[in-house]
Formats: sequence, structure tokens, C-alpha cells
Amino acid sequence: MTTLLQRASGAVLAVLSRAVTGVRPIWAGAAPRGRQRIYFANHASHGDFILVSTCLPPAERARTAAVAGADYWNGGPVRRFIAGRLLRTVLVERNWVERTADPMQVMLGALDAGQSLIFFPEGTRNMGEAPLLRFRSGLYNLAAARPDVELVPCWIENMSRVLPKGALLPVPLLCRVVFGAPMALEAGEDRKAFLERARQALLALAPKRDGNG
Amino acid sequence: MNDDTTRLFLGLVAVLATASLVAGVLSWRAAKPLPSTLENLNARIKAWWIMVAGISVAFLFGKGGVVLLFAFVSFAALREYVTLTNTRRADRWTLLGMFLVVIPVQYYLIWIDWYGLYSIFVPVYCFLAMPALTAIRGDTSRFLERVSEQQWGIMLSVYCISHVPALVTLPIPGNEGRGLLLIAFLIATVQGSDVLQYIFGKLFGRHKVAPTVSPSKTWEGLIGGLASASLLGAGLWWLTPFSPLEAGTLAALAAVMGFFGGLVASAIKRDRGVKDWGHMIEGHGGMLDRADSLVFAAPVFFHIVRYAWT
Repeated sequence: MTTLLQRASGAVLAVLSRAVTGVRPIWAGAAPRGRQRIYFANHASHGDFILVSTCLPPAERARTAAVAGADYWNGGPVRRFIAGRLLRTVLVERNWVERTADPMQVMLGALDAGQSLIFFPEGTRNMGEAPLLRFRSGLYNLAAARPDVELVPCWIENMSRVLPKGALLPVPLLCRVVFGAPMALEAGEDRKAFLERARQALLALAPKRDGNG
Repeated sequence: MNDDTTRLFLGLVAVLATASLVAGVLSWRAAKPLPSTLENLNARIKAWWIMVAGISVAFLFGKGGVVLLFAFVSFAALREYVTLTNTRRADRWTLLGMFLVVIPVQYYLIWIDWYGLYSIFVPVYCFLAMPALTAIRGDTSRFLERVSEQQWGIMLSVYCISHVPALVTLPIPGNEGRGLLLIAFLIATVQGSDVLQYIFGKLFGRHKVAPTVSPSKTWEGLIGGLASASLLGAGLWWLTPFSPLEAGTLAALAAVMGFFGGLVASAIKRDRGVKDWGHMIEGHGGMLDRADSLVFAAPVFFHIVRYAWT
């Protein structure tokens, strides 16, 4: 459960990310109503999950954890401290060969403990020109295993310009997070069809023009 | 602080309270849900209270407060502006420099009153340093476009806006200790002219000044707004070292510049396909949506006063 340190660092990060990005949530779908959720978002920056968590109301923020790659966040004492102690991240191992814990079990464990998740279905940060990569199967597996959890697409705008890969200092730019309508796995829907539908639902939230040259 | 400052803020509070009262009565009597014009009016008045409160607090801290307030205005304006420009990865250092170096240095120079440097720091040194830095980074794609957009950004959002607090430093004989009131005069006439142009346009607007740029700017609004803003300026002459006639003339000049500032800002927004600069002030869009007129008015007002009165 959340420690005082985690709650405090969550609040500090929210203040900081507001100061830099002036982020505003756009609830194009439905605001949180108490049901457990998986927020799935596009991913291009380490700031992404901070931005989504900043946009959530405090009660929802307190129970929402981001799913992140263990191979990156366990790579050194500083990162391990940030991911493990300061932020409440659910770390999953992406490497098939070396992993010791099954990512699905780790994520389902967090869901069963009552947490909401911030999840990046592309599986990695998108460094290319395409707006959104192909979704990996994780989102489908979660949806199939826990059908009661609401799946909420969130489009993160501009964060990749604020804090791109490899950058230490953020450039102040206005960001928005557009939260779409919750969706769920339909009866008999197969993996490929569901993942494509989820991907289109997320893409539909992207603004027509991004300002990116 | 002196009696005139107190009088000015009591006057402002009275004007805003009247506006809130009128809008409240209108909202109470109007059909629900409220028509969008009335929603807009309510949001504008609310934002005005916030702005007057912010400026009042800054005035309590004197010159330092005003310098800090406008450094923040520059930060917010530049952030909105850069969000709408084309940036590439190679621009990172230039962009960070605009926020972390240009803004603090420009406002520090105003704080220590080094006119010889703050008047050329951006148009000479930054003008040359920024493209050099961008060139060193090696990415030549759309180079001229990126560099020009960055130049425009710091000229509009930092250099021009910084001339508002710079008014405090003008050594006008007989006006010692009353520099803040000169700022209040400029803001009141420029923002007042915005509101008056809006009201005259809503009431009598028929003929558009530049229909392809802004559908809301009309000749009727412009002329009515300018005339009434000049009267407003003349009526506020007691804030300034000017005679009523001079105050009215300077107010008219500031209002004309403010009009052009709004027009240019509209053209940029139209080019970028957005309605507002941002979402910072509820009902007012972003910082630049309120400050665009001040951006154009401040440097011209500053230099005319500096030339003719010091």
C-alpha cells in the first residue's frame, strides 16, 4: 500500500509537472467513478505516467500505479529507488529469457489488490514518426483475465517534446491528456480484433494537428 | 504605496463589483442553460478578479514584485507560443536557453536598471547566439523557419513584455516613487481598450476590419473602443506625470498598438489552426490571449515616454 513518502512524492511530482506543462485533463469519456480502471496510453517519454497520474483526482491517483519495465527501472540504485520507493510502479520484466516473474501475474496481483493501472500497450517508448506502434498482447490478456476492470484510452499530447528519450531537463510546453470513453472486451472478440479496436480508440483521441514538425 | 494607488485599486474593485453584479443579474434572469455570450462574460469577469488580485499582490512588493510577475507572464506566454511552433530534437538547447537563460537575464537586467544592455540583449545578442547554437547542433531541416519562430517567440513573449516592468525604472522628473502607477495606467488603458472594443463591437459591429484574420474585430468596435479608451486614459491622468490631453493621446496610441497586437496574434493563431493560445486562464484562453495587446503597446509606450519625458 502507499507509504507517506510515496503520497508526498506523488503530490510533489504533480505540482512540478503542472508547473512545467500546465497539464489539463480532458475527460472526453467519463471521469473516474470509483470503478477500477486500466488507463492505457501512448508512450514516448518517461514523463508520460507522471502526466497521467497528475491528471487524476487525488483519491484515484492514490490507488493508481504505473506499469513499467523492470529491466530499465532496476538498472541502477537511483532508478530502483525512484521506481520502488518514491513512485508506486508495478515493475514487469520484459525479457523472456532472463525473467524470474511472470509479468501477467505481477499485474494481476496489483489489480487484485485493488489498484488501478497506467499501462502502455505498445510495450516500449515510441521513438519513430508513427503516432502509435502496434499493441502487444498484454492489454488483451489483462482485459480477458479481469473483465470487470474498465479500460480507458488516454492520449498524451506533447510530452515527447517536453522530455524526449535521453533528456534530463524538460522544456516547458503545454500538455494535455485526453481521456476517452471506457471500453471492455466483447464476448467472443479475438485478440487481434480487440487490440486493433483499442488502438483505434486511442488514436481517435489524438488531435488533428500536433505542432510537431 | 500612496493615496493614488489606494484610490486606483478601490476604483478597480468598484468597477469589477459592478460588472459582477450586472452579469449576476443578467445570468439570473436569462433562460437556462445560459447563452454562450453570457457564459463567456461570467468567465471573463472571474478571470479579471484573478488578474487584479495578482497585480495588486505584485504592487505590494514594489519593483521586485512587478519584475517577478512579468517574468512569470513571459514564461507562460513563451510556453504557449513554443507549443504552437515547429520544434525538432536539435532545438532542445536553444529552447531550454530561452526559458532558463533569456527570461532570467532579461528581467535581472531590468531589475538592476541596465538600460544599455536590456534594450539590446534580445535583439542583438540572443538574435545572433540562438541561430549559432542551432547550427552547431547540425540539423538543417527547416532551419530558417525554426530559427525565425524562436526569434519571434522571445521578441514577443520576453523582450516586448519586459518593457512593462521597465517603466518603473524611468527617471521622470517629478514622478519619483510613482513608477508603479505608470504601469497601472498602461495596463488599465490597454486592457480597458480591449474590453471597450469588444463591447462596442458586440453592440454596433457591422463592418469587419480584417475578415480573413479575425471575425470579431470591426471598425465600429475599433473606433468606439479607441475613442472611449482615450477618454479613459485622460480620466486617469492623475496616475501619471502627463496632462489630461497627453494622457488621452498616449492612451489612444497604446490602444492602437494593442489593436495591432491582437490582430497579429489572431493571424498567428489562424495560421496554426487554434482558437486560443492555451488554457491557463479560465474563459480567457491562455496568457497570450490577454497579453497580446500589451505586447505591442508596452515597448512603444515605454520609448515615447522615455524620449519625451526623461
